Amino acid sequence: MSDYVIKVENLGKSYQIRHKQERYTALRDVLTEGAKNTGRRLLGRGKTEDDHTLEEFWALQDVSFEVKQGERLGIIGRNGAGKSTLLKVLSRITEPTRGEVRLRGRVASLLEVGTGFHPELTGRENIYLNGAILGMSKVEIDRKFDEIVAFAEVEKFLDTPVKRYSSGMYVRLAFAVAAYLDVENLLIDEVLAVGDAGFQKRSLGRMSEITQDGRTVLFVSHNMAAVASLCDRCVHIEKGRIVDQGQPNQVITRYLDGVSQIHRLKGVGDRDDRMGSGEARFTALRLLDHNGEEVDRVPMGSSITLEVTIKSQRPINEPVIGFLIVDKLGNTILRAYSHESYAGPTPRIRQEIKVRCCFSKLPLMYGVYSIHLWLGQHKHPVDYLEYAASLEIIRSDVYATGHAPDANNGGLFIADHSWEFAENE
Amino acid sequence: MQDELIIRPNQGFRHYWRDLWQYRELFYFLAWRDIAVRYKQTVIGVAWSVIRPVLTMIVFTFVFGRLAGLPSGGAPYPILVYAALLPWQLFANSLTESSSSLINNAQMISKVYFPRLAIPTSAIVVSFVDFMISFVVLLLLMVGYRYWPTWRLLTLPLFTLLALTLALGGGLWMASLNVKYRDFRYIVPFLVQFGMYLSPVGFSSDIVPEQYRFLYSLNPMVGVIDGFRWAILGGDLTLYWPGFVLSVGITLLLFVTGLRYFRRTERTFADVI
Repeated sequence: MSDYVIKVENLGKSYQIRHKQERYTALRDVLTEGAKNTGRRLLGRGKTEDDHTLEEFWALQDVSFEVKQGERLGIIGRNGAGKSTLLKVLSRITEPTRGEVRLRGRVASLLEVGTGFHPELTGRENIYLNGAILGMSKVEIDRKFDEIVAFAEVEKFLDTPVKRYSSGMYVRLAFAVAAYLDVENLLIDEVLAVGDAGFQKRSLGRMSEITQDGRTVLFVSHNMAAVASLCDRCVHIEKGRIVDQGQPNQVITRYLDGVSQIHRLKGVGDRDDRMGSGEARFTALRLLDHNGEEVDRVPMGSSITLEVTIKSQRPINEPVIGFLIVDKLGNTILRAYSHESYAGPTPRIRQEIKVRCCFSKLPLMYGVYSIHLWLGQHKHPVDYLEYAASLEIIRSDVYATGHAPDANNGGLFIADHSWEFAENE
Repeated sequence: MQDELIIRPNQGFRHYWRDLWQYRELFYFLAWRDIAVRYKQTVIGVAWSVIRPVLTMIVFTFVFGRLAGLPSGGAPYPILVYAALLPWQLFANSLTESSSSLINNAQMISKVYFPRLAIPTSAIVVSFVDFMISFVVLLLLMVGYRYWPTWRLLTLPLFTLLALTLALGGGLWMASLNVKYRDFRYIVPFLVQFGMYLSPVGFSSDIVPEQYRFLYSLNPMVGVIDGFRWAILGGDLTLYWPGFVLSVGITLLLFVTGLRYFRRTERTFADVI
């Protein structure tokens, strides 16, 4: 008898996709289809099905795994890989098409923060409503109420309708209710990706607190660093199947290697896994060394220029262009945003523009990094592309001492520094 | 041994009714939310739930009572009309609210599990509160006309229950159909508007020729409204039993089939909504 809390066996989920891109069916279609089919049957043309408009799509296939009592399992994968569908099946929102799931004990799922928040209701009222929707009883909410309010920092606005809240307050309150959900087993989807940087840090802290007290947690996220630090085990899902599992750091590294390989095959302009309004998009990214030659690897401490080409369908005023350098686990370690570090007003993008950003001395330890590209306008993404290129930094004798630094001794950065030795007499 | 929940394709959930009981607090909260939100940012607030039936009553009394000169069977015409408007509005509002309830809560349905039945049923509670408020007006009206009720008024909860059952039955059908076919979003207001004239709201069902009365009772609201008038107006008014039984039968049929259709389709709500 094993001590699993969640046991998934040969789970499969298929959706019928309509090519007509309609979210819901109009009765008219059903009636006309019905009439057509009857007509055909009467005319004696054997085929009655109308499959060409419907296609079966397997969002999950043959997924099997177990989560033991107190285990924290991370699930990673690209957008559309089936992670969210898996959570939806586990939380009983949607039914599986095949296989079975066994759940033991009370399981609560957090697929979104602030579900059911009503703009007209006050903060206090929404705490109760949202708590009830997440499955808490009134008594439980009463008990947690003060903690929730303190965490969200909304004491003064408890009796104000949430429609008057700033978006930051709203999100903090929404997260706080979820964060104090007191259930042994939690299914969590990306709820960390909310709020400003400070709040994200606090919510991450709260998350690790939650996961520490022996709760069983199933955690789906894009934040590799969070998965690495919160989970004991990690599963990588691709096209609805489990393709890799094991120790989080290893699975994540293999996953990100794969991602950057896939991305290298496709040009920056052709990739479709981007986020944003799409009014303008990055069409090319080049890494140039100090001679202006295109490279994909440079020695530590050398200069590097990142050059992007942006094509726009309509003029974009006050654009913000950002380069993010991320490490193997997806942590952003260095970034340059034009609105922060470019002194002049960023010129508006008319049709096509080339932007270069030069780091005269890249202060990173050797290793493999990736570059994310950001194009935004008024804090909203216009085009955001992750893993647009990878950049290898080669170990070198950066301090010109004859001893190249060894990354195994720790340290993420290099910086100019000097030594002084003075003997005390 | 902790109890184990097994999720399999096409099985529904074994503990459905127990789940429903466990989520009863959610039901209260949803109902409370709808009530709390109902009259936010309105100037006269709850008065709206009184104004609408009262104005309709005045118009109907004028049109049917004065202009058309229809008989009222002894009772003052305004009370005759109002006694029918009460269940009609209860039914019409409940049906409308519950029909659109699933779509209005689409976000919740696609993000959280709970017995879906909590949504259309809690939507009805709002209309019930409105009903209670407008009921007070009836009492005032009766005092005004010095029209004293009989013991029959005590049976009113039964007829109210009948109206709610009918509205919920229809609402379950419409709500689940609405998830898949949004056509029903347009059908329901039409049904409600049409039904008001097909039901004996502005007139007494006694004016329907004897040979058609049984047929007329195929409209289940006929039974409900006749029941209300019988309970409120008292006097020598008698209930047309065959018709009433037919109305009750149809109501129950609609409710049972509606519930079954809802249960059968609710598993796919999150996928299609």
